[in-house]
Amino acid sequence: MSSQVIFGQLVVGLINGSFYALLSLGFAIIVGLLGIINVAQGTFYMLGAFGSWMLLNYLGIGYWPALVLSPLGAALLGMLLEKTLISRVYHLDHIYGLLLTYGLMMFIMGAFIYFYATAGRPYPVPEELRGGYDLGFMFLPKYRAWVVLMAVVFCFGTWYAIEKTAIGRTLRAATENPQLTRAFGINVPALLTFGFGVGVALAGFAGVMAAPIYSVSPLMGGDLVIVIFAVVVVGGMGSILGSIVTAFSLGLLEGLAKVVYPQGSNMVIFVIMLVVLLVKPAGLFGHEK
Amino acid sequence: MSAIDTKPTDTKPAAEAESFATSRKLDYAFYALALLVLIAAPFFVYPLFLAKVLCFCLFACAFNLLLGSVGLLSLGHAAFFGSAAYIAGHALKVWGLPFELAALLGTAAAAVLGVAFGYISIRRSGLYFAMITLALGQMIYFLAFQLPFTHAEDGLTAVPRGKLLGLFDLNNNLVLYYTAAVVFVAGYLLIHRITHSTFGQILNGIRENQPRMISLGYRVNDYKLAVFALSATLAGLAGATKTMVVQLASPVDVHWATSGDVILMALLGGVGTLFGPVVGAVLVEMLQFYLADSGLPIQMVIGAIFVLCILVFRQGIVGEINRILGR
Repeated sequence: MSSQVIFGQLVVGLINGSFYALLSLGFAIIVGLLGIINVAQGTFYMLGAFGSWMLLNYLGIGYWPALVLSPLGAALLGMLLEKTLISRVYHLDHIYGLLLTYGLMMFIMGAFIYFYATAGRPYPVPEELRGGYDLGFMFLPKYRAWVVLMAVVFCFGTWYAIEKTAIGRTLRAATENPQLTRAFGINVPALLTFGFGVGVALAGFAGVMAAPIYSVSPLMGGDLVIVIFAVVVVGGMGSILGSIVTAFSLGLLEGLAKVVYPQGSNMVIFVIMLVVLLVKPAGLFGHEK
Repeated sequence: MSAIDTKPTDTKPAAEAESFATSRKLDYAFYALALLVLIAAPFFVYPLFLAKVLCFCLFACAFNLLLGSVGLLSLGHAAFFGSAAYIAGHALKVWGLPFELAALLGTAAAAVLGVAFGYISIRRSGLYFAMITLALGQMIYFLAFQLPFTHAEDGLTAVPRGKLLGLFDLNNNLVLYYTAAVVFVAGYLLIHRITHSTFGQILNGIRENQPRMISLGYRVNDYKLAVFALSATLAGLAGATKTMVVQLASPVDVHWATSGDVILMALLGGVGTLFGPVVGAVLVEMLQFYLADSGLPIQMVIGAIFVLCILVFRQGIVGEINRILGR
């Protein structure tokens, strides 16, 4: 087996890990702040990708503006849904939030399948990022390097914003104790809407990044959320940094599995989840409540 | 923390005995009527379709045994339904076993899988539990593509039905329908029995107040595992029967969307009720049947109904009727 193949698959793993990281980070923010298991997280990823495809094909707007506009659009839609529908189930058991977002996912996915069918649509790699670097032991396409770089920057940027800035402190306060935070004059409902927007924007951003790599299709986010669930279970809900590290590691392991045992590569994340549950049920970075 | 909306139990003690007796009578009258409908139905509606609907009714009831009694939401029940469908299909088609044995094998496989998945997933509660069941279910979905006997995307097609007990030809639509009906009634009665037993009461107790049940000395996890396995087994029975009825076991049976469908059935009919999932299953199956021809997007409609159920009537249809009847 050549090192080309191994490193090639590792890069693919790293790319997947990048998407897992962005999505599970958004997922973790939403579940931490709103207590909502957002099953539609993969749908917003799809919306991000489809948004950039629409911008290009209907309006002629290219990759770079789409990188901002498409996640923004996803965030706006997400905030609208949060304001009008999701906020109505906060007082109920968490199960209802999960089921509500499941219904929304089915609705949005169904609408896109109805209008665009399930066939994949290509999205060109932006001109500036075509070509690649010859590293000697392997060939690294520029765009892939860019995706990993951006994912790392965004993940750690978000982590920094939440852990070290004033808005992050407010968000954490609202997570810990919404009543008390409200008593300090902070508009918690608006903060929740904002948090939901940030969470789905990260998914939408991942979608735009994914558009040139995978073909754009209404089905693209459907199974992703299950992987995100596994990532969150493995990492534990305790720390944001933990879930980022877990996402990248699981992506890498999945890439490695594609070299060693291709038939099982789809399952490797779930097998790891099983082992973690049996050994450390609270997750690697979580703590038993 | 109560996982689901249950009906209020604030009836006055004096009137309770009497209202209980009337409620009992109403129940009997209702079930007698339901049985009549069940017997007469194939003479009015296409029996093959009805038989398939009955399989999903049993599936929905089996799923609801878990959610309704102990409040655990499983997002991976298609794994049990589908695994049994595959095993039974393989037994019918390749091994040439009769339906009774094939169904038994399929159900047994679902039971084993149920114990394994239950053991792993009840280690976490609430939302984690739901997420874990979904991830485990997805493993089975991938397996359905990898294993040699499942035939990837195609699944097991043209599964022969054979003869029931070596006597009755299941290719006769009426024999087929009444076989499915007997399986359904047996499953429903078992669920009814479980729900109304001491075991069922303990499960309700765990749903309403787990710490109290622990402090009363109940080994909560054993009870959860037991009901999880029972629910998986019955879902398996439904899946095995379905394979015989539609002569097909495909990856759709193990896909998460099937798990989603069964949640919708229970939710639409009423999670806090025993008969609700039956109503829900009939409605969802009818909807899918009619929408399939209309060209309307099924997924969108199902998604919309999901959202409506959650926001507007969480008690479900039967739950709402019960509320109006004051029960």
